[in-house]
Amino acid sequence: MLLNQFLILAAAMFSLGIYGLLVRRNIVLILLSVELMLAAVNINLIAFESVLRSPEAIGQVFAIFVITVAAAEVGIGLAIVLMIFRNRKSANVDELDLMRW
Amino acid sequence: MELFETWALTLIVFLPLAGVLLLGLVPKANESALKAISLLITLAAFALSVALIFRFDFSGLPYNTYQFEVNETWIGAINANFHLGVDGISLPLLVLSTFIMVLSVIYSWNHWEEPRNPKAFLILMLILATGLNGTFVALDLVLFFIFFEVVLLPMYFMIGIWGDRTLRKIPGFGREVQTRLYAAIKFFLFTLFGSAFMLLGFLALYFESGRSGERTFDIPLLTDLGASGAFTGTFAFLVFAGMFLGFAVKVPMWPLHTWLPDAHTAAPTVGSVLLAAIMLKLGSYGFIRISLPILPEEAASWAPAIAILAVIGIIYGSLACLAQTDMKRLIAFSSVGHMGFVMLGIATLTDVGINASIIGMVAHGLITGLLFFLAGSISHRYHTREMSRLGGNMKLMPVMGGILAFTAMASLGLPGLAGFWGEFMSLIGSYNPLEGLSLGVFRTAMVLGAIGTVLTAAYMLYLLQQVNLGEPGEEWQGRQFHDVDRFEATAWVPLIVLIVVIGFFPKVIFNSTTDSVVSLVETVFNAETTASLGGG
Amino acid sequence: MISTVATEAEHAVEAGVTGGFWVDNAGIMLILPFVAFLLILAFGKRMKNHGAELAIGALAINSIWATVLFVMNMTSGVLGQTTFEIARIGSDLVFELGWVVDGLSIMMYFLVSVVGLIVFIYAVGYMHGDVRVDWFFAAFSLFAGSMLLLVGAPNLIQLIIGWEGVGLASYFLIGFYWEDMANVNAGNKAFMVNKVADVGLILGAIILGVAIGTFDFAEMDLAAAEHVESLSTVAVVGGALLFFGAMGKSAQFPLHIWLPDAMAGPTPVSALMHAATMVTAGVYLMGRVFPLFEYLAAEIRPWMVWIGAITLFAIGFLALVADDIKKVLAYSTVSQLGYMMTAVAAGGYTAGLFHLFTHAFFKALLFLGAGSVIHAVHSNNMSDMGGLRKHMPRTYWTFVVGTLALAGIIPLSGFWSKDEILVTLGFEGYTAVMVIAIAGAFVTAFYMTRAVALTFFGEYKGHGNPHESPAIMTVPLVALAIPSILFGLFNVPGWEIPGIGNFSEWLAVRVVPMGDHHPEAIDFVLAGSGLLAAVLGIVVGWAIWGRDRETQAERDRFDIPVLYPLLRNKYYIDDLADGITAGTMGPVARFINWVNDYVIDGIINGVALLTKGLGSFVYGVVDQRGVDGVIHGLGAGADGVGSALRRWQTGRIQQYAASVVAGALVLIVLFVFVI
Repeated sequence: MLLNQFLILAAAMFSLGIYGLLVRRNIVLILLSVELMLAAVNINLIAFESVLRSPEAIGQVFAIFVITVAAAEVGIGLAIVLMIFRNRKSANVDELDLMRW
Repeated sequence: MELFETWALTLIVFLPLAGVLLLGLVPKANESALKAISLLITLAAFALSVALIFRFDFSGLPYNTYQFEVNETWIGAINANFHLGVDGISLPLLVLSTFIMVLSVIYSWNHWEEPRNPKAFLILMLILATGLNGTFVALDLVLFFIFFEVVLLPMYFMIGIWGDRTLRKIPGFGREVQTRLYAAIKFFLFTLFGSAFMLLGFLALYFESGRSGERTFDIPLLTDLGASGAFTGTFAFLVFAGMFLGFAVKVPMWPLHTWLPDAHTAAPTVGSVLLAAIMLKLGSYGFIRISLPILPEEAASWAPAIAILAVIGIIYGSLACLAQTDMKRLIAFSSVGHMGFVMLGIATLTDVGINASIIGMVAHGLITGLLFFLAGSISHRYHTREMSRLGGNMKLMPVMGGILAFTAMASLGLPGLAGFWGEFMSLIGSYNPLEGLSLGVFRTAMVLGAIGTVLTAAYMLYLLQQVNLGEPGEEWQGRQFHDVDRFEATAWVPLIVLIVVIGFFPKVIFNSTTDSVVSLVETVFNAETTASLGGG
Repeated sequence: MISTVATEAEHAVEAGVTGGFWVDNAGIMLILPFVAFLLILAFGKRMKNHGAELAIGALAINSIWATVLFVMNMTSGVLGQTTFEIARIGSDLVFELGWVVDGLSIMMYFLVSVVGLIVFIYAVGYMHGDVRVDWFFAAFSLFAGSMLLLVGAPNLIQLIIGWEGVGLASYFLIGFYWEDMANVNAGNKAFMVNKVADVGLILGAIILGVAIGTFDFAEMDLAAAEHVESLSTVAVVGGALLFFGAMGKSAQFPLHIWLPDAMAGPTPVSALMHAATMVTAGVYLMGRVFPLFEYLAAEIRPWMVWIGAITLFAIGFLALVADDIKKVLAYSTVSQLGYMMTAVAAGGYTAGLFHLFTHAFFKALLFLGAGSVIHAVHSNNMSDMGGLRKHMPRTYWTFVVGTLALAGIIPLSGFWSKDEILVTLGFEGYTAVMVIAIAGAFVTAFYMTRAVALTFFGEYKGHGNPHESPAIMTVPLVALAIPSILFGLFNVPGWEIPGIGNFSEWLAVRVVPMGDHHPEAIDFVLAGSGLLAAVLGIVVGWAIWGRDRETQAERDRFDIPVLYPLLRNKYYIDDLADGITAGTMGPVARFINWVNDYVIDGIINGVALLTKGLGSFVYGVVDQRGVDGVIHGLGAGADGVGSALRRWQTGRIQQYAASVVAGALVLIVLFVFVI
C-alpha cells in the first residue's frame, strides 16, 4: 500500500508551506504558501481515504470542501492584497501593522 | 343583611384606594370630576361608617369581641391574617376619621396651596384615608403595622410638596432650608424611627406567642394570651418599650414631640387638619388597643412614667404656646398639651381615664381640626401667620373671628363644649388611678394637669387677643377680605355642631365606649368593678 | 321637709310639697336665654332693636315663671329636682344635667330673671346707637342662660358648666369694646384670675365627687348631714378647694383684682354681672354646699371668715380714692361680697344669702344710676361731674335710695341684711370680725357719701349740658329702687309679713333643711351700732366732701402720706400679680420654647447631623475609598496586565504564524514524547 510515500510528500509540502509562510515578505507568496499547506492536507485526506475506504467517501468530500474553501480564500485574499497594494504601493507584510493594538 | 356585616369594614378601608384608581383615570385638567369623585368616595365611606353605628350592637359585649369581623388568611407562611373588626373603642375613632375626611375634601374644593395639582393631592388624601381607616379596624399586627405606615407616605408628600416654602434657619444646619423640606423629612424619619422599634415588638410577640401554640399576629388572640399572663419579665418590658416608642412618637409624647410643631406648621391646611384630627390618634389608639391589653403588667409598671411624661407634655406644651409668634405653631403646640391629657387618661388604667382619653381624642380631633382649618383660612387671606401682624380680625372678618373665638374656647376646655370632658375626666381618673399605682404620682399629676388648664386658657386668650381683637394693623386698613365662604361654612358647621352636642351630651361617645372600656379594665387589669368612684 | 332622693337616672326629688307644672318644667327657664342667644346671633342684625326684643322676651317669661315659683315657695315651700343623664361610665360615675327647684335656687332664679329683665330694658336705652348692639344682647343672654344653668344646677358638673359659661360671657362683655386693648386686657385678666380659681373648683369637685360617690348636691348634703367620719379629711381638702374657686368668682381678697378692671365693660354689664348676680355665684356655691361646711369641714371656716373680713374691710377703702365712679361701686361690690362670704362662712346661711338678695337690687340700682350719669356727661370720672342733682333729678333720687340702702340706713333693705350678718357673726363668736364688719359699715357710708357728693352736689364741672336720661332708663331705676327700699322687710327679726313667713324660712326649703340662726327679736345694741357707724360715715363724709370748690380735685383732697399712695396703688396687689405673671410666665414660656428649639430639637438635629456626618464618612471613606477602592484596584490591575500583554500584539502575521507553529511543535512534542 503506497501510503507512506504520500504522507512524506504531504509532510514535505506542508513544511515548505510553513517555511514560505514564515520567511517570505511578499504577501502574495505567503498566500501561495498557505495554498501549498492546504494542498498537502488534501493529499493526506485522499491518501487516507484510499486506504481506509469509508462508505461515504469522507476523505474525498473533505478534500473537495478544502479546495472550495481554499479557492474562496485565495479570491478574498488576493482582493485584499490588491486593495492594500493600491493604497500602499507595496505588498510587503512588514509594513502591514494596521491591526496592531 | 349578611353582606353588609362582612363587607362593610373592607369597603370603608379600601373604597378610598379604589377611588385612587378611579382618579388616576381622570385627566388632570378635569378638576370638577376629580373633586366630585373624591367627595363621593369619602361620603360613601362616611355613610358606611354611620351605617355601622346603626347596626352596631351596643348591648355591652365583653372586651375582645369585635363586630363586623372579617378574618381571612392572608400571608399563610407567617400566619398573618386579613383580620378586621370594630368594637366600642374603635367605632367613634373610625367615624371621626371618615367624617373629617369628607370635610377635608369639601374644604379643599377651592383651597389649593401651591403648586395646586388637585389630582395628586386628592390621590394622596385618599391613600391617607385608607391608612387611617385601616389602622382603626385592623386586628392583626402585620395589617396594623402596614396601615400605620401607609399613612406616612402621603403625609410626607403633602408636607414636602404643598408645604410652606419660607426659608428657615435650623440650629446646627449651615444653610437656611425650606421649612417644608425640613419638616417633611423630620416627620418621616422621626415616625419611622419609632415604628421600627414597634415592629420589633410585634415580631417578638409573634415568636413568643409560639411558645403556647401556633405563632400568631392576631390581636384578639394575643390579648387573650396577655390576659392569661403569657408575656412577662424582661421580654414584656422590652416589647412594651418598643411599642411605646412607636406609639409615643405618633401621639406625640414629650420629649418625642418635636416633629409635630414643624410638621403642622409646614403642612398645607388640609394636611395639618388630618394630621391633628386623626393621625395623632393612631398612637394613643395603639396604646389602648395593643399595649394595654396584651401587656397589662407592663402597662401598670409603665403607667407612672407615662403619666409623668403626659403631665410634662401638658405644662410644657402650654408654656411653649405662650412663646409662639406663629399662629399655626401655637395651635400645633397646643396639641402636645391636649394629647398629654389623653395620655394621662390612658395612664390611669381606669375606665374613667380611658373613656376620658377616647372622648379627648374625638374632641381634640374636632376642635384642633377646626382650629387648623381656621388658621389656614386666615393665613390664606392675610398671607401671613405672624400674630404680631394680625389683629382686629373681628372687624375685618366677623364670622370667621367668631368661629375662631368659639373654637379657642372649646380648645381651652370650656365646660359645655367637647374639650371639657376629656380633661375633666382624666383628672378624675388620675385622682383615683388603678389600684396599685402610686397615688402620689397620679395626684400630683392631677394638680399639675389642672394647672395646665390655666395655661391653656392663657395661650388661647393670647391667640384671640393677637388675632381677633384690637384694631387691624396699618397694612390691612381699608382692605376688603372675603369672610367665610360657602365651602368653609359647609366644612365647619358640622364640626361646630358636634363640639356643642358632645359638650352637652357626651353620651354620644360614651354610649359606644364605656362598656368596652369597663370590660377591658375588668378583664385585663382584674379591677373590681369601677375603681373610679365610690371610695366612700 | 326632708325628702328621699331617688337614684334612678331620671328622677325628681319627692318633696313634701310637689310643684306641678311650674316646678316640673322649670328647666324651660334655663333654656330660654340660650334660645334667645342663638336667635340673636342668627337674626339680631336684621331686627329693629338688634335682638333686644328676644333677650327681653326670654327674661320676661323667666321673670313670670320665677315670680310664680317665688310666691309658691313663700306660701307653701317648693321642692323638686329633675335630671337627665348625659353620660355614664361603668355603674358609678354618672353625669347629669337638670334643674333643682328649692328655696335657694328659686331665690336665685327670681334674682337673675327679675334684675336681669330690668337691666336688659335699661340697656336698650343705654346701648342705643352703640356698636354691635346685637352682640351685646346675645352675650348678655348667654350670660343669663349660663347663670340660670349655674343656680339651677342639681350637681357640681352642671354648676361648673354654668360657672364657666358666665365667665365666658363676662370675658366677652368686659372686652365688649375690643378695639381698645385696655378693655381686652381687662377681659383677659378677669378670665385668667377666674381660671386660676377654677382649678380649685374643679379639683374640689373631683375630690368631693369621688369621695362622696356623687356629684349631686342633694346626695352630698345627705352624706354631709350623716356626719360620715371617713369623709372629714376629704371634705376639708375638697371644701377648701371649692372655696378657692368661690374666691375667684366672688372676688375675695386677694383674687379680687379682676373685678375693678372688669368695669371696662358697658355699665349694664357691670350692674347685672359684676354686681348683682355673677359675682355672687361664689357665695351661692358656698350656700349650696353649706351642709358640707356645717357638718364636715368646719375646721376651715375660720379661714374663710377672715378672708371675707379682710375683703370687706380693706378693699372698701380703695373706693375712697377711685375717681372712676364705676370703680367706686366695684370696690364697694367687692367689700359687700366680703360681707356675704364672711357671713356664710361663719354659719350664717340665711344672713349671707339675704345680703346677696338685697345687695343685688341696690347695687344694680347704683350701677344703673352711675350709667345714667355716665350717659349724660360722657365720662366715667367724677372729676368731670358735680351738681348733677339739678340736671338729673330722677337719677339723683334713685341713686340716693341705693346709697342709703347700701350704707345700711333703716328701714332700707341693706340695713336689715347687714344687721343679720352682724347678729350672725356675734352669735357664732366671731366678735372681732363683727367689729370689723361694723367698721366696714362706716367705710361703706363714708365712700358712698363721697361719691354722691362729688357727683350730684356742687357745681357741674364737666363739658356740655347734661340732661336726664330717657324714660327707658329711668323707669328701671325706679323699678329697682322700690325693692331696694322694701325687700328688707322680708326678713325682719321677730316679725313676718302676714301669711307668707320670712326669707329664712323660704331659703331653708331644701333637701337637708338648713339650721338657721334667724334672730327672734331685733338686737338693738348691734343694730344701733351698725346704724350709728353708717350715719357717722355719712356725716363725716359730708363734712369732708359736702362743700363745693373750684375744681373737683380740690374737693377730693386726700393727701394722707402713707395711706394715700397705698390706696392709690391698690395695696400693690395688682402690681404684685402683674409682676409675678409677667416676671415668670413670659420668661418661663420663652425658656421652654428655647429648650424646645435648641435642646430637644438640638438633640434631634444633632442626631440628624451626626447621622448625616456618619453618612458622609461611610460614603466618602468606607464606600468611595474602601469598597470602591477595591473595585478600582481590580480595574487598574486588569488595565496594567492588558498594557503588558498588548506588546505581544505586533500585527505582524508572520510572528503570529510563527507562534502558531511553535505552539504546534510543542503540542507535537507533548503528544509524541510525553503522552
